[in-house]
Amino acid sequence: MRLAGDGVEQGMIRELWTYRELAYFLAWRDVKVRYKQTVLGVLWAVIQPFFTMVVFAVLFGQLAKIPTDGIPGPIFYFSALVPWTYFSGTVSNGGMSLVANSGLLTKIYFPRIILPASVALSNLVDFLIGSVLFIGFMAYYKIPLGWNLLLWPGLVILLVLLSLSLGLFLAALNVKYRDFRYAIPFAIQLLLFATPIIYPVSMIPERFRWLVALNPLSGLIEAFRYSLVPSRAIDWGLLWFSIAFTAVLFVVGVAYFKGAEKAFADIV
Amino acid sequence: MTELAHSIEIQNLSKRYRIGRLQQGRTLREDIVEFVKRPFGRRADETDSIWALRNVSLDVGEGEVVGIIGKNGAGKSTLLKVLSKITYPTEGNIKVKGRVASLLEVGTGFHEELTGRENVYLNGSILGMRKRQVDERFDAIVAFSGVEQFIDTQIKRYSSGMRLRLGFAVAAHLEPDVLIVDEVLAVGDAGFQKKCLDAMEGLRSGGRTVLFVSHNLAAVENLCSRGIWLDGGKVRKDGVAKEVILAYMASFAGSPEAESTLVDSENRLGSGEIRYTRVEYLGPDRTPCTLTRSGDKLIIRFHYHANKTVRYPSFGLRIFTNMGTLITETGNVVHGVDVPRVEPGDGYIDVEIESLNLLPAQYYLSLWITELGGTPIYDGDVRAVLEVEPANIYPSGRTPTSRQGIAFFPQKWIAP
Repeated sequence: MRLAGDGVEQGMIRELWTYRELAYFLAWRDVKVRYKQTVLGVLWAVIQPFFTMVVFAVLFGQLAKIPTDGIPGPIFYFSALVPWTYFSGTVSNGGMSLVANSGLLTKIYFPRIILPASVALSNLVDFLIGSVLFIGFMAYYKIPLGWNLLLWPGLVILLVLLSLSLGLFLAALNVKYRDFRYAIPFAIQLLLFATPIIYPVSMIPERFRWLVALNPLSGLIEAFRYSLVPSRAIDWGLLWFSIAFTAVLFVVGVAYFKGAEKAFADIV
Repeated sequence: MTELAHSIEIQNLSKRYRIGRLQQGRTLREDIVEFVKRPFGRRADETDSIWALRNVSLDVGEGEVVGIIGKNGAGKSTLLKVLSKITYPTEGNIKVKGRVASLLEVGTGFHEELTGRENVYLNGSILGMRKRQVDERFDAIVAFSGVEQFIDTQIKRYSSGMRLRLGFAVAAHLEPDVLIVDEVLAVGDAGFQKKCLDAMEGLRSGGRTVLFVSHNLAAVENLCSRGIWLDGGKVRKDGVAKEVILAYMASFAGSPEAESTLVDSENRLGSGEIRYTRVEYLGPDRTPCTLTRSGDKLIIRFHYHANKTVRYPSFGLRIFTNMGTLITETGNVVHGVDVPRVEPGDGYIDVEIESLNLLPAQYYLSLWITELGGTPIYDGDVRAVLEVEPANIYPSGRTPTSRQGIAFFPQKWIAP
């Protein structure tokens, strides 16, 4: 085993494999702790997106009358809120994961990337519970599932990678610059409205479409919606941009993380 | 990957820490401002840093148990952290053969909300155990910890002692090739410490390589075959544990004479309203004695200097063996002797020992002066040396030596 010097990529992946159980255990700890001593327990995983959906349906659907592409309001909002909740949770908790676990960072060695990765893993539990509830809604509204559903697993992987890449990048920055502690919740709040969650992309005038397209979540969230509710074709242009963006962010994020990693224990 | 000849190989290892504001979390604004001010030059002034380790080179053989000793800030913990891969060396190379487990803290990653059982799995996994391994050793871990009854209770309801025992129980079942331990013996009750030592003894006999930092020099002597004394980030002495400990203890005190000048270390504790200046050893006639023997009457005179009037100071004294074992702690307050007032200037206080019941050896004194309640500390951790020479203390004329222990008790043997 080599301790000092630069890590070879292959070695890094092998090491991550060795420590995979730790990621699982940390995720398991997060899930356990999240719902311990709560009366409603794991129900909280769906209460949050559910009531957000109710508020959206009343506020934006009934009062503001924002179109929902011919999809029933609850389905329209919920299909986007489930991946959005995953994204916002993984980015904000992932971004805090190193600072929040400084006790571990200064006392024990493990690949540091395990910390944001375990957040991505534990939030997946809530995501899957939300998805099950969503299928219940679909049945209630008697909407049949189409062939596009086959895309769904791929979209989940893309969602996880995008959220994780951003989360680990922010986590590394947060160790050095605590500004991000304040910036992240604020930015996520703004992003909620910059993402087609309460409105469809089709509602945006053609000349402003490019603005929406700059947000890598746009293509992804819409694809989630239309892979489940086949009322409209998936916009592959937007989706490809999300994929490319995620790939670049992943490479840059991991590279920055690996570079900054050496100083984590000294400055956290 | 080439096969290593040793378990641990360290070459020219150095670690620099930046100190001051650069060390702490910075804000983005500070970095930007600094960048704007000095877009090209070095960002941080290089003088604003300290070398916690400087050019350390060591080889540790397989199955060696090495004790690392030294003062606070000597670089002991930094060395362990670098070896554990927690922090990266600034310069130099480290190679370690096999699986490393480091125990810089007992119960790292314990979560308050989880039960003892859950924490065993979590902690085991953090320390590098597989779930399967924890499964196999679970019963042994719980039995070792002695908290069977509470294993399904959240550990926030545990006492600190129970937490410690559970944490150590997990660590004791790690079975690594190289174990790195930092001062875990400093905590816990005597029973727990005994258990820790036994577990480490087990590791030693199991042929594992152990690196062990401790202030408990007796534990280092008992457990370790080899000692390394770090001083100011460098290896001051490396060799047989006992010899290294003797050299380390000797560095605390000046030369052993009738008058012991005090080690004037820059990190002397205390606020300094009143400080010891020197220690004098006087014979029964109150004249300085050059030779102190077992069984002699001895007066130890502590000279001090006060900068201002001090009320009710508490003078104290600890006597240690040359291996760092505390023999006794005493002071004027426990003897009910009050000193209502010390005027500014020089003065002294005497301790009269009717019969010095120590066997011949070198001993160390650690002195302090505090306010009556113990705080504030005016002067602390001042060291002096006391050399005790052999004497005919037994009627037979057979002179006991340090091989017969530390102390002797006045006694009579009655023939049957």
